[in-house]
Amino acid sequence: MGDPLQGGDPIFIGGIDFGVVALVVLKVLIGFTFVMVGVIFMIWFERKLIADMQNRIGPNRAGKWGLLQTLADGIKLIFKEDLMPNKADRLVFRLAPYLTVAPAFLTFTIVPIGGLFGTGENGTIEVFGYRTFVQVADPPIGVLFLLAMSSVAVYGVMLAGWSSGSKYPLLGSVRASAQMVSYEAALGLSVVAVVLLTGSLSTHDIVSAQSGGFADWNIWRTGVVPFLVFCIAATAELNRPPFDLVEAEQELVGGFHTEYSSMRFGMFYLAEFMNTITMSAIIVTLFLGGPDGPSLFGPDIIWPTIWFMGKLFIFLFTFVWLRATLPRFRYDQLMDLGWKRLIPLSLAWLLVIGAIRIADDEGWNVALVIGISLASCVVGALALVGASRAGRIRRRAEEALR
Amino acid sequence: MVAQNIAFGVLAAATSLAAIRVVTTRNVVHAALYLVVVLASVGALYILLTAEFVAAVQILVYVGAIVVLLLFGVMLTKATLGEDDQLDNDQRWLGAVIALFLLGTLSFVLVDAFGDDKLPSLEGVSRATLEAQRGSGAVGDAIFSTFLVPFEVVSVLLLAALVGAIVLARRD
Amino acid sequence: MSELLRAYLTVVVFLAAAGMLVGVSLGMGRLLRPKRPSAQKAMTYESGVDPVGSIFGQSQVRYYIFALLFVMFDVEAVFIFPWALGLEVYGVFGLVEMTIFIVILALGLLYAWRKGVLRWV
Repeated sequence: MGDPLQGGDPIFIGGIDFGVVALVVLKVLIGFTFVMVGVIFMIWFERKLIADMQNRIGPNRAGKWGLLQTLADGIKLIFKEDLMPNKADRLVFRLAPYLTVAPAFLTFTIVPIGGLFGTGENGTIEVFGYRTFVQVADPPIGVLFLLAMSSVAVYGVMLAGWSSGSKYPLLGSVRASAQMVSYEAALGLSVVAVVLLTGSLSTHDIVSAQSGGFADWNIWRTGVVPFLVFCIAATAELNRPPFDLVEAEQELVGGFHTEYSSMRFGMFYLAEFMNTITMSAIIVTLFLGGPDGPSLFGPDIIWPTIWFMGKLFIFLFTFVWLRATLPRFRYDQLMDLGWKRLIPLSLAWLLVIGAIRIADDEGWNVALVIGISLASCVVGALALVGASRAGRIRRRAEEALR
Repeated sequence: MVAQNIAFGVLAAATSLAAIRVVTTRNVVHAALYLVVVLASVGALYILLTAEFVAAVQILVYVGAIVVLLLFGVMLTKATLGEDDQLDNDQRWLGAVIALFLLGTLSFVLVDAFGDDKLPSLEGVSRATLEAQRGSGAVGDAIFSTFLVPFEVVSVLLLAALVGAIVLARRD
Repeated sequence: MSELLRAYLTVVVFLAAAGMLVGVSLGMGRLLRPKRPSAQKAMTYESGVDPVGSIFGQSQVRYYIFALLFVMFDVEAVFIFPWALGLEVYGVFGLVEMTIFIVILALGLLYAWRKGVLRWV
């Protein structure tokens, strides 16, 4: 058996035998169940919570407090007739739901959902004599895997809209995919800050590096800014309010899935909530220490999972809260926020963190380096504001002349 | 190595079939989709060769950005549903000749460079060793030593592409 | 199969599970749901009135510019990650090189900004 502190999941070190296969299947089942139960809960939770926030009652017929509402909806959707527009591209129309659900699912593989970090065990647990990580898989390129999956997610939206052969879906899908690629850039650049501090792309290593307690969480060590950028970009990537221009009912009817009905529509609906859960889980993993937290009472091994669920729940709650509170962005505001604010900010922040780390390494005066880099950021920001103001004044003058 | 060989066979077959469909299909968007299959299976082949960073880049840049760009271009102009006969023209023989020439050149270069060489067996090599030898970090080492100048030139190239596109897209 | 590939095998199994979820639920629907097609049902939705004209109009070229900008920043991110992994190894030299790289690309963003292609209205 190899050193559990080195390299990947220890389960795979000794080769594959029956136990390993059984464990992999078990992991996949647990991951699958986690996501599905999460989705069923989240759909109910969102409807119930938003009803509370709007002084309504919300689902209350199926099961206690309406808990079974999602299942009832699912069963209803299965029994509905499935319509396909006559102008639709039949192959792509059928393919799009798969392309939407698969990336939402796959991203979850890299999320560690338990295991004691910061001890000799380093996030592993022992099952039937095998040591293993409490995550479905730990590819060494973890963070890049996340980015790759979120870029593949664009296809589901884009093709669903195009293949419907209808105007609103096409407009909605072009709009949605432009939004998703724009914020993906910001998403990728804000993750780099985390990689800079950890020196590894693997999510397991990233969580492991944050296991020293509350102060070691990446949200503090990266200086909060990348966390905020990531959260905003993630919300936009999920097409959730206030970035839900994709399905702006007043303009686009239902957006890219207008022509979908029955369980095919159900798949898009499912993927949306699945994405919300995985994205929240990713935020927790990258910035909030994942399953890190103190063990209070009882067996130690259950606490990491409880902490993870707790942190996850905070983000799920916040996403619903945002929906209940904020009005929708306008498209030009959305693009401005992405390209003119978040991307320059995360690029500059990246260089600042790099400079601080290297100053620390070389024994320079860290305070001075922080001062100089922040000052140059402020100067750069002021120059940008000045330039855009000058541009605006000139544009006004030109428009006045016309 | 058996599992790897089977995986390679499946992926290679998928790549070739999809590549043929790219040029034979009569719908632009379908062609782009088959191209995605080709690029993604090439990415999977990189993973089989344990070049995961390259695989991630393949998915991230080619599947996630370049084909999306291509689809944008197609969808914003003329992405008709159904079959389109105008996609074909008389230059297919010229195309075939060039493709054969490329195939010959690439095969010659590969055979010339590697000949009968075999990949070292990865059985029993720990992941930490593999990562140190050919992981993402090794790519960084190469960029910041041997390929430093190309790396900086890439940024200028990207800048030039962007400026060109903006000049073309704007009327003034 | 090496240790590294087995991690990806798990990912593939998970992908198969995802595919099965969609396949099974759509397949179940196929068996259970009614199927009474009619010409009206197969019409595309245009807020209740009959669909007019062709589906495809020419759209804003701005969308394309954003996609192109995204390609640029995607490639940039790909180069930044290896640097981030070995920050201490490359030291001051790496930081300077990366700053040059980022500044050159930031110039591209600035150019797009000044040219007004980032402005939507």
